[in-house]
Amino acid sequence: MTLARRIARLLAVALLAAATAHAQNQSPIRIGSTLALTGPLAQTALVHKVVGEIYVEQLNKRGGLLGRQVEWIVKDDQSKPDLARTLYEQLITADKVDLLMGPYATGAILSAMGVAQRYNKVLVHHTFGIPSLAKYDMQFPAWSLGPDPGNTVPNTVFDALAASPKPPKTIAVVTSKFPSVHFMSLGAREVAKKRGLNEVLFLEWDFGNLDYGPIAARIKEAKPDFLWVGAIGLEGNQLLEALSKIDYTPQEHFYMYPAPAPMSKSPLAKNALSMTIFEEHPPFTNNPASAEFIKLYHERAAKAGIADTSVEVQAAASYTAWQILEAGVRGAGSLDDKAIGAWLKKNKVDTITGRLHFDGPSNYGDDLMRVKQVQNGRWVTVWPKEYAAPGASLAVQ
Amino acid sequence: MTLPSATLLAQSALSGVFIGALYGLLGLGLGLSWGLLHVINLAHFAFAFLAAYVCYQLSTVGHLDPLLTLVLIVPLFFALGVLVQWLLSRFAISPLNSLLATFGLTAIIEAAIQWIWTADFRKLESVYAGEKLRIGALYVPIPELLTLTLAVALSFAVWAAMRYTDLGKALRALAEDAPMAAAFGVNRRAMSLLLSGVCTALAGVAGVCLALSFTLTPAQIYAWIGVVFAAVMLGGLGSALGPLVAGVIIGVSEALTAAIASPSWSPIVSFTLLIALLLLRPGRT
Repeated sequence: MTLARRIARLLAVALLAAATAHAQNQSPIRIGSTLALTGPLAQTALVHKVVGEIYVEQLNKRGGLLGRQVEWIVKDDQSKPDLARTLYEQLITADKVDLLMGPYATGAILSAMGVAQRYNKVLVHHTFGIPSLAKYDMQFPAWSLGPDPGNTVPNTVFDALAASPKPPKTIAVVTSKFPSVHFMSLGAREVAKKRGLNEVLFLEWDFGNLDYGPIAARIKEAKPDFLWVGAIGLEGNQLLEALSKIDYTPQEHFYMYPAPAPMSKSPLAKNALSMTIFEEHPPFTNNPASAEFIKLYHERAAKAGIADTSVEVQAAASYTAWQILEAGVRGAGSLDDKAIGAWLKKNKVDTITGRLHFDGPSNYGDDLMRVKQVQNGRWVTVWPKEYAAPGASLAVQ
Repeated sequence: MTLPSATLLAQSALSGVFIGALYGLLGLGLGLSWGLLHVINLAHFAFAFLAAYVCYQLSTVGHLDPLLTLVLIVPLFFALGVLVQWLLSRFAISPLNSLLATFGLTAIIEAAIQWIWTADFRKLESVYAGEKLRIGALYVPIPELLTLTLAVALSFAVWAAMRYTDLGKALRALAEDAPMAAAFGVNRRAMSLLLSGVCTALAGVAGVCLALSFTLTPAQIYAWIGVVFAAVMLGGLGSALGPLVAGVIIGVSEALTAAIASPSWSPIVSFTLLIALLLLRPGRT
């Protein structure tokens, strides 16, 4: 090594040490959010908590933001949107946080959005399910559903099915009335009609339904080629179990937002379809950031008692949200919300779920939802082909 | 609109009977506690889910047959019930306040479940899970059949005990007129502790049935409250057979509504039926 190189290396080390010391001497940047740490959404919110902790730790190791360390203040909204509203108000007025991060689930995000709007704060959020309701100018979605998912998502699914060896001719649409899946199912009905599929059954149930037996019996009687299930959480598994109890296996079946691990591990869910923005296989894992994140997530999720430690939609959307916030602050070079918001609207952000932009209706960019399928007990992306897991293609019964 | 087939109607009705039996089993202990002890025990649901998690743990980690876990769960939950009643009587909690106190207890149990088992989903993969019988065109799943059997057996056992044993007569006398029953030598305190223990043990049995058929999450405790309360009120407070009969009526009416019209109409139909029956039943006060 030449003397010049040695001096350069020493200087670099000294500069890094000085920068780190400087960052540590300043008060940290405080980012406030709520998560549903208890209540019916707690099992998914736990994923967001683990991801947030990983990201903040990584960020601080890189020297923090604007030369300052970052502190994440997370409060429990108990899965209650009204409480989320109060807590975001508290985070801004009492805790005086510098920045906000969104809570988990559409209802709470909508509540937080109202508060953020009142105080002109940027709100980056993970998994907002109804883009048409996102009216605030400085909200930024990490979950790239596109501005019109009720139309684009079913079209992606039907494109995948049309390319299969046995495209369906009849469809049954059965759906929960949970808002973020219900409008998708209604969209699926419209799209199916336009594409010439014959609807043999349409059913709706209230969220929290306990008996799936009659719904299963009606599906069995209708015998659709393709079953669209507007299910959220465990509803998909409950319906599959009810179908199994009457000895019926759907030919091709789709579930809007299933609980990922219970569905992929269920032997009844063979070939079940769903949507994704990220799965643990190439091309998603080609990005070095995602590889490091996946490794850390496996460790931390196991420690947190999460049964399935694979990174999929929720964890990836959560990580993406933090990437967006970091990019916004770095791009604006400031903690000023208006500057961050303006930068995000003008620029694209590279994330583990793809290159995102926020210049469309309701600040949504492209619909990056892809079709995934349960194959050999795990989710693999099968459509579009360029995002399919190596060697995977759509399997039919 | 095509008419549903007889098989569809019969299979749906059967599904309604099974879920109704679970409503009845959950309502049995709740109704006895409410009617005879004057304790509106919201924690009954939390105890049922705690038992479901204990069953899950014993079966998954301890590799016990889920039904064998009853040998441990029943005495354990009996003891818990005795403890709760001791605390309620120690602080002389009124019936209305018992609702608040047991709601608090529910929140504590929910938090404890989440602390031990996390909020993640837990599914008991038992030997009974995929088993079913076929009778003609109908399918009878074994876990649900076990629930129905337990619900019927326990409801009749409690009914017989209340009707034909001195203990049952003493409990009914206490509920009717406690001072008079005490004057005849009925030990109110001991009876209350015993009944509370039995009610919580019944919650434990219901919990095992929940674990056999449902994926568990802590927050699901609250999903059952409305419909089970309806079954208890319709069946009559303190009645042994009432919650089962009412639970099955609600379950079947919900299932048939789902089969004929739409599942989203089920709660409307069943609760309209509940209101109508409460208004029209003879001897209402």
